[in-house]
Amino acid sequence: MSDKPELPQAPAPKKEAAKTAAKRAAPPPTPGRFTLALKEILAGSWLLSLLAVVLALAVGGVLIAASNEEVQASVSYFFARPGDFLAAVWDVIARAYAALFKGAIFNPDADTWVRSIRPLANTLTASTPLIFAGLGLAIGFRAGLFNIGAQGQLIVGAILGAWVGFAWHLPPVLHMVVALLGAVLGGAIWGFIPGLLKAKTGANEVIVTIMLNWIALYGVSYLLTLDAFHRPGLNNPQTPQIDDNAAFPLIFGASFNTHLGFVLALAATAAVWWLLERSTMGFRLRALGLNPNAARTAGINTQRNYIWALTISGALAGLAAAAQIQGTERSLTSNVAGSYGFDAITVALLGRSRPVGTLAAGLLFGALKAGSYQMQAVTHSVDVVLVLQSVIVLLIAAPPLVRAIFRTPDPEAVRRQKVAAAKAAEAAKTLGTAGTAETAETAGAQVAADGGQTTQAKLATNLRAGQAESRPDRGPVGDSDEGGQS
Amino acid sequence: MTSALLSPAKGPATEPLASPLAPISYKAPVAFGLLTLIAVGGFGFGLGSTARTKFSLASKTDFFQLPNFAVPSQFAVIVLCVLMMALTALSFYSALNRHKTKAWLASLFGLSWVLAFMVWVIADKPATWTIPALLAASLSLSIPLVFGSLTGLVCERVGVINVAIEGQLLFGAFLAAIVASVGGSAYWGLVAAPLAGALVGALLALFAVKYWVDHIIVGIVLNVLMTGLTSYLYSTVLSNNPELNKAMQLPKLPIPLLGDIPVIGPVLFRQSLLVYLMYGLIVVLNVMLFRSRWGLRMRACGEHPEAADTVGIKVNRTRIRNTILGGSIAGLGGAFFTVEMGLAFGKEMSAGKGFIALAAMILGRWNPKGAVAAALLFGFANELAQMMGTMNTPIPSNILLMIPYVLTILAVAGLVGQVRAPAAEGGFYRD
Repeated sequence: MSDKPELPQAPAPKKEAAKTAAKRAAPPPTPGRFTLALKEILAGSWLLSLLAVVLALAVGGVLIAASNEEVQASVSYFFARPGDFLAAVWDVIARAYAALFKGAIFNPDADTWVRSIRPLANTLTASTPLIFAGLGLAIGFRAGLFNIGAQGQLIVGAILGAWVGFAWHLPPVLHMVVALLGAVLGGAIWGFIPGLLKAKTGANEVIVTIMLNWIALYGVSYLLTLDAFHRPGLNNPQTPQIDDNAAFPLIFGASFNTHLGFVLALAATAAVWWLLERSTMGFRLRALGLNPNAARTAGINTQRNYIWALTISGALAGLAAAAQIQGTERSLTSNVAGSYGFDAITVALLGRSRPVGTLAAGLLFGALKAGSYQMQAVTHSVDVVLVLQSVIVLLIAAPPLVRAIFRTPDPEAVRRQKVAAAKAAEAAKTLGTAGTAETAETAGAQVAADGGQTTQAKLATNLRAGQAESRPDRGPVGDSDEGGQS
Repeated sequence: MTSALLSPAKGPATEPLASPLAPISYKAPVAFGLLTLIAVGGFGFGLGSTARTKFSLASKTDFFQLPNFAVPSQFAVIVLCVLMMALTALSFYSALNRHKTKAWLASLFGLSWVLAFMVWVIADKPATWTIPALLAASLSLSIPLVFGSLTGLVCERVGVINVAIEGQLLFGAFLAAIVASVGGSAYWGLVAAPLAGALVGALLALFAVKYWVDHIIVGIVLNVLMTGLTSYLYSTVLSNNPELNKAMQLPKLPIPLLGDIPVIGPVLFRQSLLVYLMYGLIVVLNVMLFRSRWGLRMRACGEHPEAADTVGIKVNRTRIRNTILGGSIAGLGGAFFTVEMGLAFGKEMSAGKGFIALAAMILGRWNPKGAVAAALLFGFANELAQMMGTMNTPIPSNILLMIPYVLTILAVAGLVGQVRAPAAEGGFYRD
């Protein structure tokens, strides 16, 4: 390592950013206020998210076009009539995404207003379990726990919720509440087990939750073979329908399938926000997630908080189960969890483990899910949505990549430029009347270069400190992102 | 000297030095005692003295046939229970002396417990335990797990958490099926599968090492991406062009003398090229990981990247290369689902095996021997459950299928407990 300088070099994207910053700061005078403001907007994270979605749609478009038969046919005579090929590509992509939009948000072709707006209600319904389960996983991620068990927690919650729903007979509102509590309890138990094992024996929660997913799946398959859980007169394994008293009411009337669960999901988002950002327990959980050793040193009971984090996580997955059982499905099958448990992982990741972000991500993925059925008519498969989802999350998790593709500025570089501009102005002032614009410029440039280097050095020390821990920021995307930018 | 410093399994350096004596841990003897009680109470009683359990050691193609035999069930269970009690006592004794329970003791205990269970579960039933078939099917089920866990091992030892094993297996299976169908020979599948896995590994390396995205996030997302991509192409391109997705099977290549050994011969040495590659890989990794420059360097990058950097190892380059290498191993394992099983590609056919492989690797404490043992054990438990499902046993088949997963949880919680991953795993490094 003879060629290693004293200051560790930045990784490629940072290096580039630093270079561009230096280039911009050195020769020209400090950029104007308007340019800076524009750059700040361009470097903002919401634009980045938007660009990630656009890129993902582009990738999906390539996939849709490549697998389309008309496009494939037109490739064979591409050099004779390239127009045909382009027209076919455009046609299939446009039809696919138009169908996605019509299925997820608004259908202008429908004959009545209610039918036009129904897709939006479908989106809200589809996003409800995703929001619940995603919130649960987000709590785990913030506490540094990688809970893959939402699927199993959802299944166990559904078992208990459905059983209370069809086997008990209670008065109207009470029955709904009790069934809801049953589902929450089921999920919480299935979250408590890995929490307890993690706290008491140090068992890795990733393994335990994966195994519990399978156990829950076989468990529900077994229960459905029992007479107590079988609907008479049906051949396929399915429980009786839950009582009408236990079902969630439809909030927009009978023509839309959006149920009370969606309102509860909004409330849960607020509750989780309060829990994580404003409560003592949330502070402990976040501390645990940032650095378990420091948290322990500070007197936080890590064991108890691991158990709490996973139990609450499971309880929220139980709410997702309630949304399924009491809202949409009304009876238990072994497929009750669908792929919600796994989709919720990407939802929480996309939401950067923040409650409001998870809500937004849940709505987006709900829209993709609701729209995918319409899109199927064009693409012959709903699975292209999985590709869209994963590409979105992957790109949002890697801001430098999106920046490199769209050449938008790095927020860190913009911040440095702003600081440099301010310092240059100050320097010019202190130099007083003698100070020419020239000296102010050079001073500014020096400060800019300086500022860049010190932030780099700081970044390096931060990272080294982070690396001393076993897993610096294994949880939320947001943290790794911030870690890179601090 | 260096290897002692870098090997993660050695000496817990951070443990407080309050007591010079190791603490007495009764975990193992208590677990053994409980299991023995279950065996005595559950399997010992209720068997009539005339009950017999039938075993068979023969495979259909044997050169000379071993006869089937039946053991008196009650007597066999009692003998095994006495053996288990003795082993429990031995384990208790070594715990009193502050020794850890030895691995051979635990294995012997496990073997006797499983045998007692097998004797009990089909006592007095027409069914027969065909041991070679059981073992062969277990080995077959554990092929993707072995490949997957070795992938996890290579990646994590170099400091990159690989949760994308599932996606690598799936994409390996996908490309193996297509290339084998197009090329007209199943062997083409073995060429394509590692490339597919390496491609996923390269994506993982790109995002995790170059762009500093949290490793677990990349892994999970790559799994979703591969599931979506393969399922989408399966239901569009492959269903429109069935000639791209034909069922091809690797031929079995019996090894002359070894294949004729009774019982284990047909199990181990009448296999396809993929299985022989797996044997080779296990041996090579076991040796190379701890006794080669490559192994030392990669372990250094996973344990202490700064130190590795100081002596001139390019940390990120090493990480990227080994992550891609690891991916290709899992990709090869993915060939199991299509060309080894003789099936065409199907949606999500890896069915969570990649995650179980990950569990096997952690269960094996990031050690190739342990990972392979855990993978084989899981395959065995799974096959045992599946076989019993067809035998009209007193336990419902869904409950039987849970057993491997319950056992894994027990093993993780009871035997392994707090494991120590490579120190710098999941971290980022600039060089």
